[in-house]
Amino acid sequence: MPGLVHVSTTINGNPTDFLCEPRQSLLEVLRDVLGMTGTKEGCNDGNCGACTVMFDGRIVTSCLVLGVEAQGKEITTIEGVASPEGLHPVQQAFLENAALQCGICTPGFIVATKALLDREPDADEGRIRHWLAGNLCRCTGYDKIVRAVLDAEEKMKA
Amino acid sequence: MASNIVLSEVEYNVVGKRHLRPDGVDKVTGRAQYGADVQLTGLLQGKVLRSPHAHARIKSIDTSAAEAYPGVHAVVTAADLSFASLSREQLGGDYQRVKFASNHVLASEKALFKGHPIAAVAAESQHVAEEAVKLIKVEYEVLPPAMTVRQAMEPNASLLHEDLFTSELGELSDKPSNVASHMAFETGDLEQGVQQADVVLEREFETASVHQGYIEPHNSTAFWNTDGQLNIWCSTQGPFVVRTSVADILRHPVSRVKVTPMEIGGGFGGKITAYLEPIAALLSRKSGRPVKVLMSRTEVFEASGPAPGTWMKVKLGVTNEGKITAADIFLAFEAGAFPGSPVMQGAACALACYDVPNARINGYDVVVNKPKTAAYRAPGSPQAAFAVESVIDEICEQMGMDPVEFRLRNASREGVRRVEGPVFRRIGLVECLEAVRNHDHYKAPLEGPNRGRGVAAGFWFNRGFQSAVNISVNPDGTVNLIEGSVDIGGSRASIAQQAAETLGIAYEDVKPTVVDTDSIGYTMVTGGSRTTFATGWAAIEAAEDVKTQMVERAARIWDTPIEDVQYIDGVLSHKSDPELRMTFRELARQLLGTGGGITGASNVDPSGEGNGFGVHIVDVEVDPDTGKTTILRYTAVQDAGKAIHPSYVEGQMQGGVVQGIGWALNEEYFFNDQGQMMNSSFLDYRMPTALDLPMIDTVIVEVANPGHPYGVRGVGEVPIVPPLAAIGSAISHAVGQRIDRLPANPGAVLEAMS
Amino acid sequence: MEAVEFTTPKTIDEAVQAMASKGDRARALAGGTDLLVQLRGGRRSADLVVDLKDVPELNEISYNASSGLTIGAATPCYRLYADANVAANYPGLVDSASLIGSIQIQGRASLGGNLCNSAPSADAIPPMIALGSVANVVGPNGSRQIPVEDFCTGPGRNVLEPGEILVSINVPAPPANSGASYLRFIPRNEMDIAVAGVGSAVVLDGSGQNFVSARISLASVAPTPVFCKAAGDSLAGKAVSDEAIEEAARLAMEDAKPITDMRGTIRQRIHLVGVLTRRTLNIAIQRARGEE
Repeated sequence: MPGLVHVSTTINGNPTDFLCEPRQSLLEVLRDVLGMTGTKEGCNDGNCGACTVMFDGRIVTSCLVLGVEAQGKEITTIEGVASPEGLHPVQQAFLENAALQCGICTPGFIVATKALLDREPDADEGRIRHWLAGNLCRCTGYDKIVRAVLDAEEKMKA
Repeated sequence: MASNIVLSEVEYNVVGKRHLRPDGVDKVTGRAQYGADVQLTGLLQGKVLRSPHAHARIKSIDTSAAEAYPGVHAVVTAADLSFASLSREQLGGDYQRVKFASNHVLASEKALFKGHPIAAVAAESQHVAEEAVKLIKVEYEVLPPAMTVRQAMEPNASLLHEDLFTSELGELSDKPSNVASHMAFETGDLEQGVQQADVVLEREFETASVHQGYIEPHNSTAFWNTDGQLNIWCSTQGPFVVRTSVADILRHPVSRVKVTPMEIGGGFGGKITAYLEPIAALLSRKSGRPVKVLMSRTEVFEASGPAPGTWMKVKLGVTNEGKITAADIFLAFEAGAFPGSPVMQGAACALACYDVPNARINGYDVVVNKPKTAAYRAPGSPQAAFAVESVIDEICEQMGMDPVEFRLRNASREGVRRVEGPVFRRIGLVECLEAVRNHDHYKAPLEGPNRGRGVAAGFWFNRGFQSAVNISVNPDGTVNLIEGSVDIGGSRASIAQQAAETLGIAYEDVKPTVVDTDSIGYTMVTGGSRTTFATGWAAIEAAEDVKTQMVERAARIWDTPIEDVQYIDGVLSHKSDPELRMTFRELARQLLGTGGGITGASNVDPSGEGNGFGVHIVDVEVDPDTGKTTILRYTAVQDAGKAIHPSYVEGQMQGGVVQGIGWALNEEYFFNDQGQMMNSSFLDYRMPTALDLPMIDTVIVEVANPGHPYGVRGVGEVPIVPPLAAIGSAISHAVGQRIDRLPANPGAVLEAMS
Repeated sequence: MEAVEFTTPKTIDEAVQAMASKGDRARALAGGTDLLVQLRGGRRSADLVVDLKDVPELNEISYNASSGLTIGAATPCYRLYADANVAANYPGLVDSASLIGSIQIQGRASLGGNLCNSAPSADAIPPMIALGSVANVVGPNGSRQIPVEDFCTGPGRNVLEPGEILVSINVPAPPANSGASYLRFIPRNEMDIAVAGVGSAVVLDGSGQNFVSARISLASVAPTPVFCKAAGDSLAGKAVSDEAIEEAARLAMEDAKPITDMRGTIRQRIHLVGVLTRRTLNIAIQRARGEE
């Protein structure tokens, strides 16, 4: 059986080293090796978006990235979205707009939304729905999520 | 955006406002702890071996290679369940119930659906457990499966249970059958009702199995200590139900089982049954270590509880004036591998929206080689409504009558007796229908080719059941509210609001916490639209208890009779001496020095129902080349009673609508000839994405429920009931062919058009 | 998932060596969006995963007005549709790159991976075939060029020999007055596998009124992507007309040999080939005329 691999990476701005088996996904590494359970597993095959993280500037489903691929990369998870001063405007907007019910998809939606608004601060409803099509939510019917993203745009401009 | 219609007459301070949920910050930052996030010292990972066959006799199971595999700590099979060592005599009248419950957890003689658990392994890691599971050798004798009610009801159908006899209107039949029960409701004189009708229409319908589709897979962690204490951490809508069923299946005292509900990632009725908990417990008992068992997404589809596929027939008789005189309904629901479909609820909901003088409803609960069905949001009602509302729509079309006007002429209202017996108290169906008629969506003409509009109504009981709440007063004037209701969509907020309103304090001063089964009284599931209603009621009563004790304390401090002290809007005062006055906060500060802290407690079991109705309007466009339906506009109108937290009421309505849209258009369990599910992933089980939908407009009609202190009815079930029929009718109008099977996916619509 | 070893070669030679060292027990990793799901589900197995993303040739996009576009095999979809040259000259490729999976998937999945995974439903392959693309393959025995329409040999199977890797795909420079389009039919609006897909590329004459040539290719209607030579050839030299397009659609439908499964029926899929052939040809014509 192949041994553990030493990986050096950066997570939420912090240089991080870990050991993992090559078969372990980045999602497993985050949750089981590093104890960062904010990133959620919904399907483990890239179809629900609950495990969305930023990986070298792009959103990816961390279940479809191997932990060993994190070598030398920059990763941002839900744990890195808020600042010590408080919630990120996207988080605040989700909270205020009742854009979560059970909350299991919320970390993935927030990471994906932040990535969108960082590059397209004026995304319209259609663009928001397209960007978030890879994030499934079963509770809200998406209405309040889309409104929260539009509200976050306003908050980020203010 | 929604413009809600407030018909309840009382203005509240906290109730009815859109407060931030107390658990919100944890849930937007990833700190909230869900079941899969549980970490314990020495934790092992479990994996379940599942049947690859839909129907097979288990001839032998050899676990020796798995047990010997490095890193494996325990392997369990049905032989480890208590049932294996109990005789029929010992179980007596409980025999079949315990047998079915035990066999559902781990198959013994037969595998009854693909995905049926056969054995389970606990190992050092998930990967090792997966490898070990593959080493278990199972010898099967594959049997032909019965996959639909029609197949299973055939006289020569393959039998799932050789010892299952039909409960025929309460009497046990003498020949084993896949029909677990036949029930019936009857009112008036059906033949006479048919004769009174000018138009009689009979149609047949089918709907596919669908899944609740919660994003969080099932999970369970158990630790069975050497002293017999069994602790379970899991994702469940009903920790007390899990406690009961684990104690029942494992024949372990209920007091030695503690269930800690973690945050729950959706349920919709599907997270009530204990699938993994008994397995995790057995693995823990055998290994002496805590064990976590997770389902994969495929396991969730194949081995949790979908909503039943159905076969239904509806015959309605209507006069030229648009009055329903007769209804004859046949409902056959798939139970899955073990009895217990929601056909009874479907039958009771089928005609609940209407005052039908003569009716007969026959319901059949039929076992098939699919996972045992579970509750899914208003269980049974959406399917029944699809059939009944579709026939009504077709009759309206034939008679040239406005579908809202037709429904108004027949609508249930206060005093109408339902077919299964109960008489409606004050309800809001008429108000909802009027709100639809006055809505600009309904008034706006629908123009353009290949477009259609559908309208449908729906019903759910909204029953109470047991809840408990404790409220203790903190020295700073806030209170801790302890509840047993898992918060699946904002209920901490809606329950805290009711406590705050009752106590006359600020919403922010109530700190709600959901606790384990050792720490609060029996509380039924978060489900059936009961939580804000019944646990809210418990919060009100616990708050009243606090008020009573606060009044007593003030009287003691002022050395005055209790009768002289009043409690108004969070202020205690003497009725005649204006000098004697304390706010809640001021008194709270003095409690510890004047006799100790104050805790209010309540256990409630509200009787009666807060019946809820919804009426939906949908506009669709169908691509005539591909059969694909686009939802252009959707409006949901619902009588929620008093909306304690309007945002979360709207959210329930929108979420229910979208699940209904998925059910109507694309979602289905797709099986091959061998009864194996072929689409057990979110890729091929097609739930709506954000890109498939418009905004979902909502109108909350608040007709206060006279059976609740703040007029709450319950919200979550009703909104999934009308969409199937509304969308089916809309597509029918768009393409000129009736839709009588769901899902109405592009292929099906294309076939209907050709 | 079974235990695997992992390596990240930095050059083509190292990559080929790594692949060759384990024969058919080595699997190339680009975006991983198919491979990891298959390894986890037991549909493929491997002893060694070779991550090709650190090999420069597999990770670059270059465009030259005469030689056309070269897409490194591991280049993720988003880089393709974010590339100005691709956006300007290859809208048919942008069509497919921007509808594969979700935004998350497009951050990882590559056209090369899509080709090597060789699914009948692959969205990227029909437009590559329609545009006359060639796969550049390197292996222990040197390099070879394979027309994309000859690459796939069955569901999940292709011409790559053990040790061989796909380095890049070359898409010829678009001729004057040419246009291409890819459409698939799915029940939802995203996140689905094609029930049927059609890629069409046309070259018109200077007037924009006559076909010079055309190529049409299909997804999800046979064990491999289908190159409909007859359908494309039927348009060559004809005036642009509904009748000509109809005839091409009819010929494309003849080439469709689908199965019935959970995603669609034989009848539905053949019907959709007709619908999508008409639609993609019309879009390709518009693009050739500069109308879009």
